[in-house]
Amino acid sequence: MKRMLKIYMEKPELAALLLLLLLVVLFQLRSGGVFLSFDNLRGFFGILPEMALVAIGVTVLMICGEFDLSVGAVFALMPMTMAVLMATGVSFPMALVAGLLVCVAIGLLNGYLTIRFAIPSFITTLGMMFVARSLTVVISGGFPPLLPTDLPTWLFTSFVGPGQLLRMSFLWFLAIAVLVSLLLSRTNFGNWIRATGGFLPAADALGIPTARVKIACFILCSVLSGFAGLIQVLRLGSPLPSIGEGMELQAVAAAVIGGTALNGGVGAVFGGIIGVILIRVIDNGLILSQVDANWFKFAIGSLTIFAVVANSWLRKRAKSIKVEV
Amino acid sequence: MNGPIVSVRNLHKWYSGVHALKGVSVDFARNEAVGLIGDNGAGKSTLINILSGVQKQDEGSIFVEGKEAAISSPRDSMRLGIETIYQYNSMVPTMSIARNLFIGREPIKYSLFGFGVLDLRKMREESVQAIADVDLHLRSPDALVGELSGGQRQGVAIARAMHFKSKVMILDEPTNHLSVKETNKVIGFVRSLKEQNVTGIFISHNMHHVFESCDRVVAMARGQIVLDKRVSETSIDEVQSVL
Ligand SMILES: Nc1ncnc2c1ncn2[C@@H]1O[C@H](COP(=O)(O)OP(=O)(O)OP(=O)(O)O)[C@@H](O)[C@H]1O
Ligand SMILES: [Mg+2]
Repeated sequence: MKRMLKIYMEKPELAALLLLLLLVVLFQLRSGGVFLSFDNLRGFFGILPEMALVAIGVTVLMICGEFDLSVGAVFALMPMTMAVLMATGVSFPMALVAGLLVCVAIGLLNGYLTIRFAIPSFITTLGMMFVARSLTVVISGGFPPLLPTDLPTWLFTSFVGPGQLLRMSFLWFLAIAVLVSLLLSRTNFGNWIRATGGFLPAADALGIPTARVKIACFILCSVLSGFAGLIQVLRLGSPLPSIGEGMELQAVAAAVIGGTALNGGVGAVFGGIIGVILIRVIDNGLILSQVDANWFKFAIGSLTIFAVVANSWLRKRAKSIKVEV
Repeated sequence: MNGPIVSVRNLHKWYSGVHALKGVSVDFARNEAVGLIGDNGAGKSTLINILSGVQKQDEGSIFVEGKEAAISSPRDSMRLGIETIYQYNSMVPTMSIARNLFIGREPIKYSLFGFGVLDLRKMREESVQAIADVDLHLRSPDALVGELSGGQRQGVAIARAMHFKSKVMILDEPTNHLSVKETNKVIGFVRSLKEQNVTGIFISHNMHHVFESCDRVVAMARGQIVLDKRVSETSIDEVQSVL
């Protein structure tokens, strides 16, 4: 029994999950039942995958011991690159490949610069955030190009499932979440990610190629962000250069709320997703409860601080429950 | 085969101006426990780091079982059967015992280009066995290493080295910051290496520990070996006088 309790207290995403349930009940009551209505859920699940995909990448990278503040800018740059290419007649698949290659290049550069010059990734990717955002605006030429009308939008945004509740993007998100989650918990590469972020000198001494592991995580993070940006642009129907602003910090907040440690080694993809859902629920719930929308950032901010404090408290408590090891 | 398991010849290492190793040559025999002693900065860790692939020598060669060995990464060293245990660097505290045992050498079920699905069951079973083999009593391989005491951690590190059938185990100040009781445990591990047919290289600042647990003592000072004798043929006083 004690043992079970300890295991649960050590799972930081659990606290977030409890809070989520609480908020859902609260908002459901406050909104007079609108919150869990079909239409609201449909809107909710339609937007969720975009931020969740970003948070998945950020969570993995944080577990590996690094940050990426350029995700919001990459979120805008990737679909803008595609739109500009398609405006000159390049086909969708070719533009998709080019867009993803841009993401790979940015992730590679983020990782390479961080490791080669031993600078905090916080700084490298802060710089990259400005660079990528600027590039997005510059290549758009001021006016966002029109998207061609014959895009396979259905593959990403059309409604599917029971009662057309979900968009295709949700299925992409589910598949990617499961894959990345398994990668982290069930593969040797996932073990290396945790070791690298958990204690770098030990991982090095055990012969883990830590530089390459980190660079791979930077690339994963960039690619997922760019892909998420593409989904949003296809949903909105137009590539705006300003999308994804502020997303980098929300993604970090989501990861932290879901129990990811700021100094690496600890965390789970599932936790990051719970974090995103919490943030979206608060956003959506506040609006439905007709609270002034400006309270949104206040709520996310307090939640982040609360989550970190609660997690460290829980972990300490769990440690003090003595079960024999 | 009766030659030395590891020999180094004329090893030199410079760190931007500091001549840390000045032509070190030494042999380590099979199943021998060797104590490596020396003042701070004598070059012990440098020698060990070269053997374990963390650093590369500037000059000189290493022979493992008579064959010249190019060791340029920890992996090369581990592949040659050399396992190194440090006070701090050998475990990831945020990971479980079972996972720690297999970092970098995970048993894989299906693999593609060296990446694959972990055989979690095998990891659990083998870690339970490995821990029992070194007489360490830990109930669950799922406990986080961060929750173990310093001595238990060293025990797990030694269990790992044993599990991977290492032939040479290097312990760089494994008893630093450990209590007397925990230190005795680690000393016990060092002593038991012999029975398991493993060569031990044990770095310590504590002469008593070395004399208690080793067959031979090698003393270094200022990047050179200044004494190399069997424990039975020397004394703490003699070793101290050359340092
Ligand atoms: N990474 C490094 N960069 C520069 N100089 C170094 C480095 N590592 C060791 N040195 C220098 O090399 C010399 C030998 O150091 P080493 O760490 O091998 O000594 P040691 O015998 O292990 O000492 P201690 O007992 O304090 O651990 C010292 O003068 C040290 O300052
Ligand atoms: Mg040393």
